[in-house]
Amino acid sequence: MLGYAFRRLLSLGISLWVASAVVFLVVEVAPGDPAAYMLGTGAQPDTVAALRTELGLDRPPLARYLAWTGGMLSGDFGTSYTYRTPVAGMIADRLWVSLPLALYALALSTALAFPAALYAAARRGRAGDLAVMGATQVGVAVPNFWFAMLLVLVFAINLGWFSAGGFPGWTDPAAALKALTLPALALALPQAAILARVMRSALVDILAEDFMRTARAKGLSRRQALWRHGVRNALIPVLTIVGLQFSFLLAGAIIIEQVFFLPGLGRLIFQAISQRDLLVVESVVMLLVFAVILVTFLTDLAYAWVDPRLRRRR
Amino acid sequence: MTRLLAPLAVALLAALPAAAQQTDLTLAIQLEPPGLDPTSNAAGAIDSVLYANVFEGLTRFAADGTIEPALAESWDISEDGTTYTFHLRTGVTFHDGTAMDAEDVRFTLDRARGPDSTNAQKALFENIAEVSVIDPQTVEVRLAQPDGGFLTNMAWGDAVIVAPDSIDAIASAPVGTGPFAFDRWVQGDRIDLVRYSGYWGAAPALETATFRFISDPTAAFAAMMAQDIDVFAGFPAPENLPQFEADPRFRVLTGTTEGETILAMNNHSDPFDDPLVRAAVAHAIDRQAIIDGAMFGLGTPIGTHFAPHNPDYVDLTDLSAHDPDRARTLLAEAGLSEGFTTTLKLPPPSYARRGGEIIAAQLRAVGIEAEIVNLEWAQWLEEVFTGHDFGLTVVSHTEPMDINIYARPDYYFQYDDATFRGLMRDLAATADPAERSVILADAQRRIAEDHVNAFLFQLAFPTVADARIEGLWENQPTQANPLAGVRWTE
Repeated sequence: MLGYAFRRLLSLGISLWVASAVVFLVVEVAPGDPAAYMLGTGAQPDTVAALRTELGLDRPPLARYLAWTGGMLSGDFGTSYTYRTPVAGMIADRLWVSLPLALYALALSTALAFPAALYAAARRGRAGDLAVMGATQVGVAVPNFWFAMLLVLVFAINLGWFSAGGFPGWTDPAAALKALTLPALALALPQAAILARVMRSALVDILAEDFMRTARAKGLSRRQALWRHGVRNALIPVLTIVGLQFSFLLAGAIIIEQVFFLPGLGRLIFQAISQRDLLVVESVVMLLVFAVILVTFLTDLAYAWVDPRLRRRR
Repeated sequence: MTRLLAPLAVALLAALPAAAQQTDLTLAIQLEPPGLDPTSNAAGAIDSVLYANVFEGLTRFAADGTIEPALAESWDISEDGTTYTFHLRTGVTFHDGTAMDAEDVRFTLDRARGPDSTNAQKALFENIAEVSVIDPQTVEVRLAQPDGGFLTNMAWGDAVIVAPDSIDAIASAPVGTGPFAFDRWVQGDRIDLVRYSGYWGAAPALETATFRFISDPTAAFAAMMAQDIDVFAGFPAPENLPQFEADPRFRVLTGTTEGETILAMNNHSDPFDDPLVRAAVAHAIDRQAIIDGAMFGLGTPIGTHFAPHNPDYVDLTDLSAHDPDRARTLLAEAGLSEGFTTTLKLPPPSYARRGGEIIAAQLRAVGIEAEIVNLEWAQWLEEVFTGHDFGLTVVSHTEPMDINIYARPDYYFQYDDATFRGLMRDLAATADPAERSVILADAQRRIAEDHVNAFLFQLAFPTVADARIEGLWENQPTQANPLAGVRWTE
């Protein structure tokens, strides 16, 4: 298990290094100058030049790349061009919204998907199964921002139970969780639909396996066999989906954060791209890359934990 | 039980009018400021939050666009119009408690015009030759040339007086002299201001003000409908305004701005270097169709680069009336009877994206094929504004009194006309209001007759507010939401 973990860790490091180079190059090549953006249409060329010097944009690209990556290794992400505050602090602030939102959405989607999948798999082909599959088909087809607008219309405007958006901060955890509930639900519904479908088909496949028949022959009821032997074996594809979903939830909440005007990572990167706040864009993208790689790594470890055969195979 | 409670209820009701007036306000705007230093960033959102609230200049824009005294109580102008002596108001302090005096004014102006200046409107200060401190309450500003617009320049958000000690942190912790002090900024979400007890003027009715940033039109509608916010200044979903107008909980203000929205033409490149072609484009455009289709009826048609609410405005829309036949004839005269193909580069705002589609259709009707290219602002600045790589573009010029951009041959639409530059020189040298009016009228006519650009409409500024709030600025003579006079009526 340890050797396996070490090999995975090494490939993780290489992936990060390659990613940093790609991210830097892409952002450098994209047209648009942060200094010109900041000074707008009334600015004179010498003013733009003065600002470029002040921001350090006149240094050669390689020097800036090395300064950026070197800084990141020691936890210093540099200073935002437009906001003039340390990027690390800005990202940390936004993570306090985006990370809880992603976890909340993940918890909701799992909580919705597992019972639905078990219910459907146990009633394969019957009315209950068809109803669950029909509902998840709709869930997969409808985009999350549409759910978001629907939730706002019903629960914020008509019923007045929630505010239409915004985030009050964590000083009052109950209020903070309440503010994240509609966005998390909007994010979770389509994810839950996908998860439920994957898990149901995994369970249905497993129900046809020999060891399930053996379990039934031992005298376990259909439901007991499903719980004790079916669920654990169905977890591999489910873990893959959950891992992918978490990365998606962290990075893909940009639209949901716009709809609910939440001060999260998605909104930060959206603003930073339009303002050409290059260091912020590069750093947030790197963070997301790191999160995806880390989650993949943890998912791999989880496979090995769930299925001991995987530890020896590689 | 009911009988027992009734007297209590009566007592509670009687106590209600005595209950304190609401003194907090949540105001939403579309864009979040990228920093809080109005003297080194062009973003209008900075002034939307801070102008006349946290920061003040020597002079300021009043709600009707006129210039009134602010930190300078009065001023004397020398006979030759080159020396301005400002008499500063007494008892003005910065929010950190230090006194604001002539040294701070000199520091501010010298910083803005210095070689390392990163002021986005450095041109406002270029004409200053010297700033001298006479005594703590008196500053003398000597100009290189007389400038009739100097007092207007000093009213801009880029010319506010800053505290020398605050410069290092000004982008995140601004210190000014205004009626509200900066409290905190939760990036991505809100900026909180609190009433400044040491303010020199009348104390504002509000104790706290929160600015929130909601860019998505649907989210703006939802937040306003759910009454999460009290005011939305610059409401981004004009299609929803009738719904708010019909709802007694809300009030809708439709104000004007300094935003001349134009279809700019690259005067330096073929075929727009031919005045006949520019005239053809101007006559091909149906302004009202653009206002109705792209702006849901909000906006005033303009025939030149000047704000219609300005007393000096001349209505020249007839010079470029919608006349497709005339446009086709003009194209034929220019030797382009077959029409031509060009690019129409559009920045992100909806006036450009939605308006651009309609303009392209109108141009197609007279034989001009305009290929639409959608750009982000940063790309637009690089390709169109700096690189001059475009045929046509749509943009709103939101700076107040900016007709002088037509005197800059290197400005992106590259209009190079000695007559117009002469008019601008005369204007700068003239202080008499009546004479200035005549020159401004000539200048408006000159660019309209030359069809430098196709002048479309003046951008409107819709505000949706809780019906109980009064004192909001209806118009936007400069981008600002001054809150000193805002109060709840019940």
